[in-house]
Amino acid sequence: MNEMTTTELGATTLPADGPLNLSRRGFLGAAAGALILGVNLPAGRARAQAAVPAIVPGTRVSAFLEIRPDSTVLFRSAFIEGGQGIFTAMAQIVGEELDVDPTHFVIECAPPGPDYLLTGGGRFTGGSMSVRMSYDAMRKLGASGRHMLLQAAATQLNVPISELTTEPGRVVHAASGQARPYGEIAEAAAALPVPTDVVLRKISDFRWIGKSVPRLDVRDKSTGKINYSIDQKVDGMLLAAVQHSPRLGGEPGALANEAEVKAMPGVHSIHRLPGAVAVLADSWWRARRAVETLQVTWSEPAAGTAHAMPADFSSEAHMEKLKAISEEGVAFETVGDAAAALGSAATVIEATYDAPYLVHGQLEPPSALVRWNEDGTLEMWIPNQAPDMFQGDAAKVAGIAPEKVIVHSQILGGFFGRHFLYPASNPYPQAILLSKAAGRPVKLIWSREEEFLRDTLRPMAAARFRAGLDASGLPVALSAVTIGEGPVGRLFGRQPDKVDGSTVEGIAGKVYAIPNRRVGQFHVDDPAMIGFWRSVGHSMNDFFYETFFDEMADAGKQDPFELRLSLLAESPRHRTLLQAVVDLSWGWKRGPFTADDGTVRARGIAMASPFATEVATIAEVSLRDGEIVVHDVWVAIDPGSIVNPAVIDSQVASAVALGLSSALLEQVVYVGGVPQARNYDGYPILPPERMPRVHVRIVESGAMPMGGIGEPGLPGVPPAVANAVAVLTGQRVRSLPMSKTVFKGLNG
Amino acid sequence: MELTINGSKHQVDIEADTPLLWVLRDELGMTGTKYGCGLAQCGACTVLVDGQATRSCVTPVESVAGTSIVTIEAIADDPVGQKVVEAWVSNQVPQCGYCQSGQVMAATALLKQSPQPTEEDIAGAMVNLCRCGTYNAIAAAVRQAAQA
Ligand code: FES
Ligand code: FES
Repeated sequence: MNEMTTTELGATTLPADGPLNLSRRGFLGAAAGALILGVNLPAGRARAQAAVPAIVPGTRVSAFLEIRPDSTVLFRSAFIEGGQGIFTAMAQIVGEELDVDPTHFVIECAPPGPDYLLTGGGRFTGGSMSVRMSYDAMRKLGASGRHMLLQAAATQLNVPISELTTEPGRVVHAASGQARPYGEIAEAAAALPVPTDVVLRKISDFRWIGKSVPRLDVRDKSTGKINYSIDQKVDGMLLAAVQHSPRLGGEPGALANEAEVKAMPGVHSIHRLPGAVAVLADSWWRARRAVETLQVTWSEPAAGTAHAMPADFSSEAHMEKLKAISEEGVAFETVGDAAAALGSAATVIEATYDAPYLVHGQLEPPSALVRWNEDGTLEMWIPNQAPDMFQGDAAKVAGIAPEKVIVHSQILGGFFGRHFLYPASNPYPQAILLSKAAGRPVKLIWSREEEFLRDTLRPMAAARFRAGLDASGLPVALSAVTIGEGPVGRLFGRQPDKVDGSTVEGIAGKVYAIPNRRVGQFHVDDPAMIGFWRSVGHSMNDFFYETFFDEMADAGKQDPFELRLSLLAESPRHRTLLQAVVDLSWGWKRGPFTADDGTVRARGIAMASPFATEVATIAEVSLRDGEIVVHDVWVAIDPGSIVNPAVIDSQVASAVALGLSSALLEQVVYVGGVPQARNYDGYPILPPERMPRVHVRIVESGAMPMGGIGEPGLPGVPPAVANAVAVLTGQRVRSLPMSKTVFKGLNG
Repeated sequence: MELTINGSKHQVDIEADTPLLWVLRDELGMTGTKYGCGLAQCGACTVLVDGQATRSCVTPVESVAGTSIVTIEAIADDPVGQKVVEAWVSNQVPQCGYCQSGQVMAATALLKQSPQPTEEDIAGAMVNLCRCGTYNAIAAAVRQAAQA
């Protein structure tokens, strides 16, 4: 159907008979069935249309916009909302050009399809990419829609289009005082060709882009009215719960008490799945209780099973192995001659850092609601960050064509990288099989315990640093090797002679002018299932690097702020940012100093360059009963240019919370091949009483390309805290989380 | 068993030890109350039982027969709840939103018991987890609701 409704915006060559906008869906109030228009075409016409060049993502107005009779706008977003405010950002960007107040938008997540492949030719919500990858396209889309409305109004009012202008939600003819609300001309506008060229608004005329437009979903989220995947229902559905093999790769053998479980209240049926057993019941609680009552004998993984978890796997032993490796690995970044400069340096220091596995811990446990329809289609209501990839994978599981899989992407109860397509980590393949077996729709929810067992982990890693200082204490050489495995290589294929960038980002690409540098990576297979976690490699690498940076400063008797500033002499953008965070925190004072409340405090500073955004962070800490208290975190953030400052503030606060949580508290520990914590009791996350005040300054340097927002606030937090702790205690934290260490103040 | 939820009586026929959370969600279709941990760790499932903030995931349904249960679905019917919601909106508290039903219920319980809470009262009552880190906005909204 989609091929039949092709129109192209901004294409230089158009089909001979001009662009067509056959879909009335776009501007019609009633969308139902509108796409069926395509099949009414004469066959010859349909064939001609089929020859039209492929859809250019982000150009077909009708795929994104539907103006309703009351002039509100239904917008289908390529990106998925999970708290980062992307739906509101889309309303701001499109509304600015369409000339509709963002609060008059209703946003839903777009289905899979070529129109929405806006992330470098694919489609995912991640990498802090949503706004920066789609900004230009979405502005043009809004402007195209506005132009079509102007044209429709020109026809209706019988005036030249040049005499028309728009006000929010309506076309105005100033000369005659006439106006047409968008809702009244939407249908006529939908019949018009999409313009090939449109003029965008001047930045100085922006009313909504760059402003703190309130987020569209806040009231519904404050009153429990938002439905997440876990809340969805369809008629006749059964509820499902699973028990997974304790170790990945094991398969269910004997079920000792199957008859007993079958007889439990509400139980519909018991099923064996790859690596799991499941119970279907009339309520989830009954399904869960039954499946957890099942006594299952799990087989040892068959030889050669991919990613089978070894029975003797210990995360501690694995970390010792990583830290013991002294190889230099494959070079990723080489500047000057680090080895030679280290050889001739006045002082050489070295240190090894490490960081543990983490779970995502998003508060909504994963679920999947699946229904097989009589027409052979399969419908799924699922959390995901990449609808087309999930559609493709579900089609394989179901044994049907991808276009027969209908994906309803749900608002996410947190994600942080959780909802990518990861093997063995998503419930929908199980739900597809269960629904097929039962002949009924099935909603499968993973309990928190099953989630913590099967979540993909932020990988663990070690990093070895050596630095050479000259006689005046300035760094002249830095050599770093990260050891472990990265998620990009794991999920998209690793080339043995090449470094997976996700293993070194945050250590490579640093902005400091150290003349001789080498960053290498030594690959070690990670026995666990690993994936993306908010800010990916930066989540630990910036901790490693920026903390070691302070070790260099200390060894050279330099102030860490002054040293950073001097090594950024050639980089005005970074100097400005560093100065901004210092100003925001009322001037640099490293400490220790005594605060008004009598506590002894210190500050640490760190910089990071994640996702094309630049960040400088300062943290102020004290100790209470040997435990770290973080009082304030100041963040200066420069994404180049911005869409919504209030959303940036809240995203930075959120990233600070998660970064601090990882620095202070979080680690997944494996013993005997199984994770020791299966819920928040054994895997504490940042509680409210440990949340610092967060102060944000946005610096709009205008740098291009635009940087990301969702993740960049995170990486600077662990090193800023660790650097402050070192000042306060004299103890260098080189291993996270800090809860492993009992701290003593300088005075004991 | 008879339950009084948001002022209405409901008959439920269910095992007596079923957690209230799942009675609300599965039997009565009230999904505003969320499941996060099932272990009294996160507070996403917070409801009011006779005005007290209660973690419904570990509350056997039989223990609340005869009480007055209030869930997020009825928050707008309660004058204190309304103030809380307005403060939540004006402080733009929610991010993903998943914890927020429980946060709003906890705040409502606090302000019903202590209309002018101290900072310590707020810290003592607002202990639900938020993975999105909205804690500062939550505290600001509670303070604002108390002034409203
Ligand atoms: S679901 Fe009840 S406390 Fe977490
Ligand atoms: S808003 Fe996402 S968990 Fe609180």
